[in-house]
Amino acid sequence: MARFIERHPAWALIAIIAVALLLWLVFAVWPPGLEQAIGRKRVFLNAIFNGITLGGLYFLVASGFTLIFGLMRNVNLAHGSLYLFGGYVGYAISAWTGSWILSFVIAFLAVALVGVLLQILVFRRMEGQDLRQTMVTIGLAIVFADLMLWVFGGDFYQIQTPSWLVGPVQLPFITAVKSSGEPVYLQYPMVRLAIFVASVIIGIAMWLALNRTRIGMIVRAGVDDRDILAATGVQIQVVFVLVFALGAGLAGIAGVVGGTFQSISPGEDTRFLLASLVVVIVGGMGSIPGAALGAVIIGLAEQLGSVYIPTYAIVVTFLIMVLVLALRPQGLLARR
Amino acid sequence: MSLTQLHAPATAVERPRFRAWPELNNPAAWLVALILLIMPLIASGFFLIEIFGTTLILGIIALSLMFLAGYGGMVSLMQLTIAGFAGYMVAVFGVSGNANISLGWPWWLATPMALVLATIFGTLGGALAVRTEGIYTIMITLAIGAAFYYFTNQNWAIFNGHTGINTVATPHVLGIDWRSDIPFYYLILAVAALCYFAVQYVSRAPFGLALQGVRDNARRMAALGFNVNAHRVAAYAFASFIAGLGGVLQVWNYRQISPGSVGVERCIDILIIAVVGGITRPIGPFIGALIFVILRTFALDVLIKFGLDGNRFRLLIGLGFLAIVFWSSDGVIGLWERWRRRQARSPSSTAGSRHG
Repeated sequence: MARFIERHPAWALIAIIAVALLLWLVFAVWPPGLEQAIGRKRVFLNAIFNGITLGGLYFLVASGFTLIFGLMRNVNLAHGSLYLFGGYVGYAISAWTGSWILSFVIAFLAVALVGVLLQILVFRRMEGQDLRQTMVTIGLAIVFADLMLWVFGGDFYQIQTPSWLVGPVQLPFITAVKSSGEPVYLQYPMVRLAIFVASVIIGIAMWLALNRTRIGMIVRAGVDDRDILAATGVQIQVVFVLVFALGAGLAGIAGVVGGTFQSISPGEDTRFLLASLVVVIVGGMGSIPGAALGAVIIGLAEQLGSVYIPTYAIVVTFLIMVLVLALRPQGLLARR
Repeated sequence: MSLTQLHAPATAVERPRFRAWPELNNPAAWLVALILLIMPLIASGFFLIEIFGTTLILGIIALSLMFLAGYGGMVSLMQLTIAGFAGYMVAVFGVSGNANISLGWPWWLATPMALVLATIFGTLGGALAVRTEGIYTIMITLAIGAAFYYFTNQNWAIFNGHTGINTVATPHVLGIDWRSDIPFYYLILAVAALCYFAVQYVSRAPFGLALQGVRDNARRMAALGFNVNAHRVAAYAFASFIAGLGGVLQVWNYRQISPGSVGVERCIDILIIAVVGGITRPIGPFIGALIFVILRTFALDVLIKFGLDGNRFRLLIGLGFLAIVFWSSDGVIGLWERWRRRQARSPSSTAGSRHG
């Protein structure tokens, strides 16, 4: 942080001003002129919150994607299919047992198992052939998409939110002041906040696991230099299988999350594949903090865009990607 | 490069010219050309356009991917997006049923405009994609393709949202309706032949050879004084123009364009076509397109005949694609060449000296 400010004082200043402006917009009571210019504060705050919670979901999907790429150099274009599969499994379990928590566990295990099978049966045979692996993942994405369409049909499914998470919660953010002088606070769905908190916890747990444990050390060493790590006697194939299982399992969990606060249907796989691609391109391939930063940026851009410039919302997301590629092709937080 | 320079002054002599165009020496190529030329006599209207016309159009778009992937080593998933962009531009600048969007320009103005814009679009996308290398290209171009799809879906001012633009006018020149089956077939055939020979020519021209050098070893080419990125971007520009031609023909074929025609699945279809056909030769995409179109058209009937669910066409395509990627890195052409080499080896020991 301090080094960044030293090296790029101008950018740091711009960033600080932007953050200050954002904080003011979030916490201050908007003067009437501003409300007239860009609309109600409630709309703005809702967009910000939706953006950040959507970022949490994107982080869950993209962190698995970036982890798999970082270690195995495998651009898994079937990652969206794993997400969708997780969503369907979660729906089936929650409809069958009625337990939301259990659907997370089963979806994680089922999708992780698919990941293990993929790594052992398919990707192990073509190690080091990046392009061929990617082509195979494209083929798998097509096959998975059609199989899921076969089994589940083209319907929309929504996973039942558990009763203890239903309903709005009042947040200490003032959206407006009534004429009587009484402040109006923001109401926000409890389940989205819970999911956001959960994704933050998962992110922190992943960061700790990667940076503070022995297996994390092995994974980080593998990201830096696979061959030397294998030469030191580490069972690299086992590590690969574990990481693939974790990455796929995270996509499965994300599927349950997505199925709870949005819905799951054919086509969502592509949407979340695109989201993961853009998130990791922006954040930096193979970097978990990068995925977190990219996910929040893209989530915010998408939600603010769809509120303020509805027919050009996707262009904002895309422009962010272009800007990052032009200024910092390796991504915002990638080392190199 | 020195080889072509040696042969350049000797164009009057017959042998080098045949070497520059190997098709002229190949009886099979003459046969295929003849069949394609007399196709309207053989095939009915449905087969002419729905099978062979569509094959050639998809082949043209896949050819642009083959050029980038085969000679430039850049697998771009946005070729269909560029084609779709050209199609949209034809619909927007030309005449269509959506009078509030279309500007109503005559075709001879709208079509070049669409081609120029598509080339610019593809070149800019390419300039973005060459910022990073190798496997990243696939991700960035896929992101561009997907973003364009979502953009056309949500933008109503230019792209008319998810309904798209309908009843796009097609050219009438010299008293001929160029969208009626037989003239349209010959138009497609002419454009396809033009693109095919253009790619064949460029691959042997100094630019194409330098591009192949960049593909094989970018650092060495940079050390030799070639501007690596400029070659790559120029390759994108050339490929975008070809894809744009394919897109214009596509929109004239269906006479409408909607986000569905630029969807991510369609982008991936183009990759499948090129890979299944083989990305080392310009003929590959056309073979791949023929297989793809035949499967797409008849899979339904065949699957039902075998008592299976007819809707599983994409499953079939996906599995076929997986099989090709698993067993042949060079698509159907590669399989065929391997088979021929084995045939040549087993009876007599004279192994074919064809490069493969």
